[in-house]
Amino acid sequence: MTPLALAVAPGSTHVAVVDHALDVNGLVRIVADPGAGATSVFVGTVRDTNEGRPVIGIDYQAYAAMAERELQAIVDEAGQRFGTRAIAAEHRVGFLAIGEISVAIAASHERRGAACDATRYVIEQIKRRLPVWKREHYADGTREWVDPTRSVAVLATATETGASA
Amino acid sequence: MTITVLLFASYADAFGRGAVAVSAQPGATVADIVARVRADGGAHRLPPHPLVAVNREYAPYDRIVTADDEVALIPPVAGG
Repeated sequence: MTPLALAVAPGSTHVAVVDHALDVNGLVRIVADPGAGATSVFVGTVRDTNEGRPVIGIDYQAYAAMAERELQAIVDEAGQRFGTRAIAAEHRVGFLAIGEISVAIAASHERRGAACDATRYVIEQIKRRLPVWKREHYADGTREWVDPTRSVAVLATATETGASA
Repeated sequence: MTITVLLFASYADAFGRGAVAVSAQPGATVADIVARVRADGGAHRLPPHPLVAVNREYAPYDRIVTADDEVALIPPVAGG
């Protein structure tokens, strides 16, 4: 039988910041490799609440040129750390409704552990470093830029005062 | 020299535009540029030490900035 996957160049990568719907299966195809026994996929979606407030959608903005450069750096780091066959990652910008995919990552490896570790690493570094911002639109008609550093401060305060987070 | 500083998201909203131009002496550092933006009406719109990118990479505050560098202030990121 003809193999479904053609060999990728070792350590190959694909990154993009796009303004259209993400194609998860497309990313899985990009990282497919005959030597891979595992492909790990992470998909981030727009959630309908944040900190107790009903959300109707999120407007994502990026410093696109820097975001693609930084995403490439993150994916390269993951490839070196975990020895993946291939990694593909895309982030979407623009207005996304509840349930739409904002970020998708696929990583292939001989074995599952490293494949999962690679996708985990990429999403955590995206959260930390990628110059992308989101403005949540709430059911009450208001909108606000999300500031994770403020959430951390709130969480720290709650922890210090013994409140449950 | 004049440096154009790119603004995004909450910072762009706070200034009402996507970039501000500031004047700086040759040899100015990232810290000098931030201080200039704060002095030119940004003090109440920016945190004391916003993240800065030069030529699309995060840059330390002691980095020297030249006239053809692309400088941007980076609000707290919230991707994913």
